[in-house]
Amino acid sequence: MRSQNEFSYGGDATVKRPELGKEISDQDWDNFVYNRKSLRGKHWELWQHLSGCRQWIKVQRDTATHEIFKTLKANEDIS
Amino acid sequence: MQKYSVFSLVKNALSNHENWDLAWKDPTPKKEYDVVIIGGGGHGLATAYYLAKEHNITNVAIIEKGWIGGGNVGRNTTIIRSNYMHDDNALFSEFGMDLWRRMSQDLNYNVMFSPRGIINLAHSDAQMNTYARRGNSMRLNGIDAVLLNREEVREIIPMADFSENVRFPIFGGLMQPSAGTARHDAVAWGYARQADDMGVDIIQNCEVIGFDVSAGKINGVRTSRGDIKAKKIGLCVAGSTNILAEKLNMTLPIETHLLQACVSEPVKPVLDKVVTFGAGHFYISQSDKGEMVMGGDLDGYNSYAQRGNLPTLQHVLTEGIAMMPFLSKLKMLRTWGGIMDMSMDGSPIIDKTHIEGLYLNCGWCYGGFKATPASGWTFAHTIAQDRVHELNAGYSLNRFNTGHLLDEKGLGTKTWIS
Repeated sequence: MRSQNEFSYGGDATVKRPELGKEISDQDWDNFVYNRKSLRGKHWELWQHLSGCRQWIKVQRDTATHEIFKTLKANEDIS
Repeated sequence: MQKYSVFSLVKNALSNHENWDLAWKDPTPKKEYDVVIIGGGGHGLATAYYLAKEHNITNVAIIEKGWIGGGNVGRNTTIIRSNYMHDDNALFSEFGMDLWRRMSQDLNYNVMFSPRGIINLAHSDAQMNTYARRGNSMRLNGIDAVLLNREEVREIIPMADFSENVRFPIFGGLMQPSAGTARHDAVAWGYARQADDMGVDIIQNCEVIGFDVSAGKINGVRTSRGDIKAKKIGLCVAGSTNILAEKLNMTLPIETHLLQACVSEPVKPVLDKVVTFGAGHFYISQSDKGEMVMGGDLDGYNSYAQRGNLPTLQHVLTEGIAMMPFLSKLKMLRTWGGIMDMSMDGSPIIDKTHIEGLYLNCGWCYGGFKATPASGWTFAHTIAQDRVHELNAGYSLNRFNTGHLLDEKGLGTKTWIS
């Protein structure tokens, strides 16, 4: 178990940057930069072990109870 | 409605205060209203009040999942100010300051507005320059601002740390003398009582389950106490906006985050200003009961928990002790948390939506309480006239799309340092 103090939050892990060089609409860009579902309940999000190994991870956490269900490496896809 | 006055107080004292009228009724929801306001917090109650008072629309319901005033209007640190640099924020907030000054009389309810002044401390020359710029912008918009040097600050708050060897020495500060605090619950209750008296139905314990939308128009709302029809519906549900937005298939530039506050044990009067730390995020004032009321940063990750975790509280209070070392001697009386709509540019949204008849009031971040009257006033105007008022034109929903962000402090959903 590591202290919460060591981790830094990186936001919604399901947001995908539009592909480079691909023509996209303002709305697509808006959705990537600003718009978030931010739901109550299970939420996939990015965390960085900032004061530790500095790796980024994906965490599925309940936003109401903080229960953690699953963790993935940053390059693993959410199934 | 009984008018509250010294005479009614004396009269009711004679009958042991057993014959006061209820401050508001507990009606059963009707089948249809002209306007339904979702959310019985400060903003929702104020909106209903101004719909009735300014626009003569009284066939209005406020529906509230819990009890009125149980959310952020009952959980904030009661700071009222208009010390903004950008015109949109400054003019909106200063309009609100006028409403605050008259509120106790307007509502016939003592909201204990206390314009004691706020000081934002500066800890570097660069910060003093920034504050000078902000102060000048404020004065150009008719808002009072005074730039204080180190000695002037020391005179006002001698209990702050003015010793030589501190990490963040106090260089000076920016003061808005007309800023202050108010009794937060009284604001909710005062608006509720007047709105109820003008015919607004305040419906508590009534949860929104869904919306009735067809052909791009809103027709009503489905609730735990039955369906309610309305051609116009206003959302005022800070902290739960994302939940209702999902039911409307809308994705908003908002994340829901948790903000904590705390009070110390009550002590004798020591601080007669609101003071903010300039090298982090910490603010403090002293309540009428003597408690030191303190708050600071978000917990830093999406949360609907309505109670916070210790790391942030520890971080915030470390800043407090750096600023005012005597705080380390005080015992903590209470800590609590509330959930905020954190918008992506740190400014709120009061606007129409792509659904006809659906109006949105959200994204208040750290500053919802002080905005209560101005938010209610402009939102009532937006709903009644079906167009935004010039005061809330800058708080549009599509500004994120067009790039007209209102980034007063460059703070959005992110904490000060994360």
